[in-house]
Amino acid sequence: MENTKIKVEHLNLYYGQNHALKDVTMDIYENKVTAFIGPSGCGKSTFLKTLNRMNDLIENVKIDGLVELDDENIYDKKVDTTLLRKKVGMVFQQPNPFPMSIYDNVAYGPRLHGIKDKKRLDEIVTNSLKGAALYDEVKDDLKKSALSLSGGQQQRLCIARALAVEPEVILMDEPTSALDPISTLKIEDLMEDLKKKYTVIIVTHNMQQATRIADYTAFFLVGEMVEYGKTRDLFATPQDKRTEDYITGRFG
Amino acid sequence: MHNSIYDKRVRISDNVIRVLIYLSAFVSVAILVGIIGLVVIKGAPHLSWQLISTVSSSAKNTFGILGNIVNTLYIIVITLLIVTPLGVGGAVYLNEYAKGGKLVRAIEFTIETLSGIPSIIFGLFGMVFFGTVLKLGFSILTGALTLALMVLPIITSSTQVALKSVPESYRAGATGMGATKWYMIRTIILPSAMPGIITGIILGIGRIIGESAALLFTAGSSYYLVNDFFGHIFKPGGTLTIQLYLSMTKARYDQAFAVALVLIILVFVLNRITHIIANRMNKEKG
Repeated sequence: MENTKIKVEHLNLYYGQNHALKDVTMDIYENKVTAFIGPSGCGKSTFLKTLNRMNDLIENVKIDGLVELDDENIYDKKVDTTLLRKKVGMVFQQPNPFPMSIYDNVAYGPRLHGIKDKKRLDEIVTNSLKGAALYDEVKDDLKKSALSLSGGQQQRLCIARALAVEPEVILMDEPTSALDPISTLKIEDLMEDLKKKYTVIIVTHNMQQATRIADYTAFFLVGEMVEYGKTRDLFATPQDKRTEDYITGRFG
Repeated sequence: MHNSIYDKRVRISDNVIRVLIYLSAFVSVAILVGIIGLVVIKGAPHLSWQLISTVSSSAKNTFGILGNIVNTLYIIVITLLIVTPLGVGGAVYLNEYAKGGKLVRAIEFTIETLSGIPSIIFGLFGMVFFGTVLKLGFSILTGALTLALMVLPIITSSTQVALKSVPESYRAGATGMGATKWYMIRTIILPSAMPGIITGIILGIGRIIGESAALLFTAGSSYYLVNDFFGHIFKPGGTLTIQLYLSMTKARYDQAFAVALVLIILVFVLNRITHIIANRMNKEKG
């Protein structure tokens, strides 16, 4: 039996005149990896960003419908986005470590949420780096600039930075598209561990990646969620003709 | 029959352009070297320990500029203390908080216009507003407030350029962590923009050191030393450029060149110090 972590009902999103998400309804399950696939511009990244309200930053965005996290409406006026984003962390397409040391990058979130105790921070930094499978590579020099790491290491650092605030959901927006195959593999391996503690939602344009790591997959096309189900089923027996065309490589 | 790849043509236009470019580079350097050279040659013989460690005395008939050096440093420090928070704050508002629109364009237009106003008009305004209306009289504080208005556009525009060059991904990253706007600005944006802000401060220091017209009306030309460290800012005080101007009007070119040499050395030293501070900050950032 799956527990619903995020419940989305009749979600519509408009960029000015552009109707970017059309009546999306889906449940996202706890401690699973859910992948969003679809061609460029299909709305999958836009949808991901509605789940921690990163769209708030963009002007002229209008949203209606319901997004509930643990039965709380995240678009309610009473919501503190700082607390929401503590609970729903995010990893971006391009690794974006801050221009500071490895340690300070990971400690950024905990400090933001008021943790000052040095011992506590040390512990969080170590555990988060271990959780992102980066600790062994950087443990000797945590004071080194994060910008001196390789792209793959930077992305795992960003995952560690997200883990450090003990989120419950981690959103990943094409986290491996800027990385080499070996770094990609490391991050995919990490997913198996991450879902034991977290609910992971990943946008990817790589269908093989979705089949390798995701328990559930949703297929998006021009703002519409065409099909959603267990990854196995979606790829083996797609119900919609458009899904079938896409996964068999007829377009996209 | 093979075509030779050896070029037999003489590319006249290329050569002419090259000569012109070298020439303009040479002229630029020559002008700078010429000015500094003249000041050093004319000023160095009159440079003495007495000049920089005493104030002028009519009883002993000596000339000293310690008072002016101190006044210059005072004006630089106080002006920067006033203008840096204002300029950086204004730039942060324009770049991070304001959402375009008429108000922002009006503010930006005002700041641009401010930078085009002749300094003597600032002097006039400072004398009337800070000196008379606010009753600060002829004082270092009046001078510093007046200069703050003049330096404001420099600090604001260089800070704005620096803020615009902070990668968007840092903002997304910090927001994604749940940082509030101000927390993000304090911990990520301003530290990343620091080199640009420092550049603005260096330019500002240059403007402050070089200014004389605006100060003549506001800070006066006194060259005395005052013991009271804080009370000094409410007293008149002439900077090095003011003293230079006074020496010129008295046709004491020996004094004028000595003061000019001290000024150039001071500019050089202050630039070095600011660079060292900036580098140290960059290193800490990792």
